[in-house]
Amino acid sequence: MIEAPSTVPAAGARLPRGQRLRQGLAANPLMVAGGVMSALIVVIALLAPLLAPFPADAGSATHPFMVLRPPSAQHWFGTDNVGRDIYSRVLYGARISPLIAVVVLVLACAIGVPLGVAAGYFGGWLDEAIMRVTDIFLAFPSLLLALALAEVLPPSLITLTIAIAVTWWPWYTRLIRGQAASVAGRPYVESCRALGISRTWIIFRHILPNSLTPLIVQVSLDVGGVILTTSALSFLGLGAQDPTPEWGLMVAEGQNYFTTAWWVVTFPGLAILVTAFAFTLLGDGLRDLLDPKRTFLR
Amino acid sequence: MRLSITGLQVSFGEQRVVRIAELGIAEAEIVGLAGDSGSGKSMTTLAVLGLAHTVGARVSGSIRLDGTELTKLSQREMREVRGSRIAAIFQSPAMAFNPVFRVGSVVHRALRLHGMSRAQAADAAARAMRQVLLSPSLLDRYPSQLSGGQLQRVAIALALALRAEVLLADEPTSALDVTVQAEVLELLRELRDRERMSVLFISHDLAVVAELCDRVAIMADGAIVEQGPTSQVVTAPRSPQAAELLAAVPRLQPGAGR
Amino acid sequence: MTIYVARRVALAALVVAGVIILTFVIAHVVPGDPAATWAGPHASAAQVAAARRYLGLDRPPAVQLLSYFGGILTGNWGIAIHTHRPVLSDLAVAAPASLELVTAAMIIALVVAVPLGLISARWPGRAGDQVIRAGSILGVSMPIFWMALIFQLVFTQRLHLLPVAGEYSPNLLFTHPLTRLTGFGLIDAPLTGNWPMFGSICAHMVLPAVVIAAYPAGLITRMVRAQVLDTLGDAHVQMVRALGFGERAVFGRFAMKLSWNPVLAAIALVFGYSLVNTFLVEAIFDWPGLGSYATDAIATLDTPAILGVTLFIALVYVVVNLIVDLIQAAIDPRIRLR
Repeated sequence: MIEAPSTVPAAGARLPRGQRLRQGLAANPLMVAGGVMSALIVVIALLAPLLAPFPADAGSATHPFMVLRPPSAQHWFGTDNVGRDIYSRVLYGARISPLIAVVVLVLACAIGVPLGVAAGYFGGWLDEAIMRVTDIFLAFPSLLLALALAEVLPPSLITLTIAIAVTWWPWYTRLIRGQAASVAGRPYVESCRALGISRTWIIFRHILPNSLTPLIVQVSLDVGGVILTTSALSFLGLGAQDPTPEWGLMVAEGQNYFTTAWWVVTFPGLAILVTAFAFTLLGDGLRDLLDPKRTFLR
Repeated sequence: MRLSITGLQVSFGEQRVVRIAELGIAEAEIVGLAGDSGSGKSMTTLAVLGLAHTVGARVSGSIRLDGTELTKLSQREMREVRGSRIAAIFQSPAMAFNPVFRVGSVVHRALRLHGMSRAQAADAAARAMRQVLLSPSLLDRYPSQLSGGQLQRVAIALALALRAEVLLADEPTSALDVTVQAEVLELLRELRDRERMSVLFISHDLAVVAELCDRVAIMADGAIVEQGPTSQVVTAPRSPQAAELLAAVPRLQPGAGR
Repeated sequence: MTIYVARRVALAALVVAGVIILTFVIAHVVPGDPAATWAGPHASAAQVAAARRYLGLDRPPAVQLLSYFGGILTGNWGIAIHTHRPVLSDLAVAAPASLELVTAAMIIALVVAVPLGLISARWPGRAGDQVIRAGSILGVSMPIFWMALIFQLVFTQRLHLLPVAGEYSPNLLFTHPLTRLTGFGLIDAPLTGNWPMFGSICAHMVLPAVVIAAYPAGLITRMVRAQVLDTLGDAHVQMVRALGFGERAVFGRFAMKLSWNPVLAAIALVFGYSLVNTFLVEAIFDWPGLGSYATDAIATLDTPAILGVTLFIALVYVVVNLIVDLIQAAIDPRIRLR
């Protein structure tokens, strides 16, 4: 049976692509805002050494005579319990969280995507085996597995990164497997095989490119999630260690002084919120733009 | 003319996708609307149903059904027209039915929406199903349990049960096998002859249109470039688009193709 | 349908087995020699060897795994180092409080999120939609531990609107002591007619529940909006419109039923996620649940306790997912007819 396209116009399916794109951007002020904010955060991260008034405070400098000062002209965000300038530490923190997020996601893709392609393309017992293992990993809510791993290993940013990556890859395997399986089932792939084209070629030239769009969307949405997970684990003491200016760790360190020195907790936490918010906005907008099924006109 | 369309224009913002100067369907007549994909045929259906706004399009012009000017009706008044006076069937019957509802549930609800009591609705549904040569017990199934041909026949049964005056058939046979297609076409002929329905048959396949329809209108780029009795348009096309569509039809002639 | 149920249950059992095995693997990924740690820094080689035999670490890994498995299934989940009690009995005491808290949070989240998601989908692109979308993204981007601290400061200490911490007001221990029947405070209090206690528990639950509800509320709003909009674009919706149904019926009766399944899956997901989020919130509010237990365990590097909590939450999550799967199959015939 020939599959002809439905002639009932689904909402928004009728405009030419360029116009849709421009309309999409205009109708999506949230995404534009997210994009601008994310870019700003990356810029801040790159320029931190130049922007921070007290760069040494992001390291192991301590100032016993300036402990717990409220926000002032000299210390915009105040100082923490060993006298460090919180503003500088927050700025330097912008280098840590997004970087870890990138490393985690690259690692997760490096593990998850090949497994997903293998499962989707080859099918059979390989598919079953890989998906069972994936199911087992996914039987743990996010954060839990990373937490358990991070607890048994000596705490550091590196073990944190590995722990999160190990618990993140199964999502991508599942995603890619679905895509790969549907592409692999298409007639033109079968004809390629009949013509004697090697499997590797088919995988790299046909399966992968067609599976990538949902992956890109998912990864961009996950950046915010990884940032939250990183800061949560550091808050619990399982990741970054003092004096690293990781935002979650800063919140944990400031907990005990919170009732009298509100600024020690508020600003680092705000930084986490704003960063996660920015990247998630961006990812959300990207999904609206790239996902072919959802071209809503209004 | 039971349904007459005059000066109809449908646009998306600046872009005009339909410009029909004149098109009409009489009682007990099947009019074919043929053309390539993208020529605006489906938008015409939506416009007649008053649903163009659901995809963001604007409509201007006149659509008269037995004297009533449809474009002037409020949404509520139009809802009474939809289904009971104008029915529609669509191309992908499998996609046209909500997968989580039993087929009969939708039929039943539609009939009750237009004023039938429960008993009347059940009765009308069963009768209509038999008219399209389907067992009424199929109404208890889910769409995934019925074939494309069966689903399309249920859609036609629905139009029958609703006693619609006009049926808009948007590519109803394009997704079906040739043999099933013939059955559906036969059903449409019956609708015309026995129920005296006015049918607008939309298709890109001129061969099917030529076989079924009394009159044909050829559509290209949103406008009707040629209109007339089928025999005339098919044997002596005046517009280049009609000629092109005709040329694309493989012809089985005795003695040809040695 | 029964075949489907049987299949799903069998699959869940397999996953449970896998979860136990994975937990075992994590437990043994610890660098260094657990026997040496147990025996202490000044132990002689013989003492370390004795420790290894005592801990069963000299047996082949497969045997260790089997005995671990057997232990889990018979209720021997190890002894918690920081409480010196069996992990399972610690969990039995701590779990109800967290389950109460998370359930309350989910109810709050659903009450807020579903209507907002529907409003958002009904009038997409308008100002209300943009605000709701921004709000829901804010919800899923919120660092929960930070939100907890801020809320605690603002609502309890600055505004004095709600109690600071604990499960109930300490004086009630003397005036209206609570008899524990099920372990769930919110069930036991009404059952024993102890209304002052009930009110106190509710008041103490408000802040932590609202904080935990932030993420689910954000996610569910987005899911509902996305699903309903998706469904509204489908061909069968146009067909129903063409039959003369008004937007309210199209929206409410026809589009909605299809939208539930993915939303249900999201609910299961955030339930599990929220259970883990209790780790970040309970200690701050001194709520005596799994979260506080886990936080204490982390602080004292109590590995058996942590793994016990991990295993427990994973098992609850598997069960919740199973239940949701079955509900989904009941709603959508395509799933069980496959």
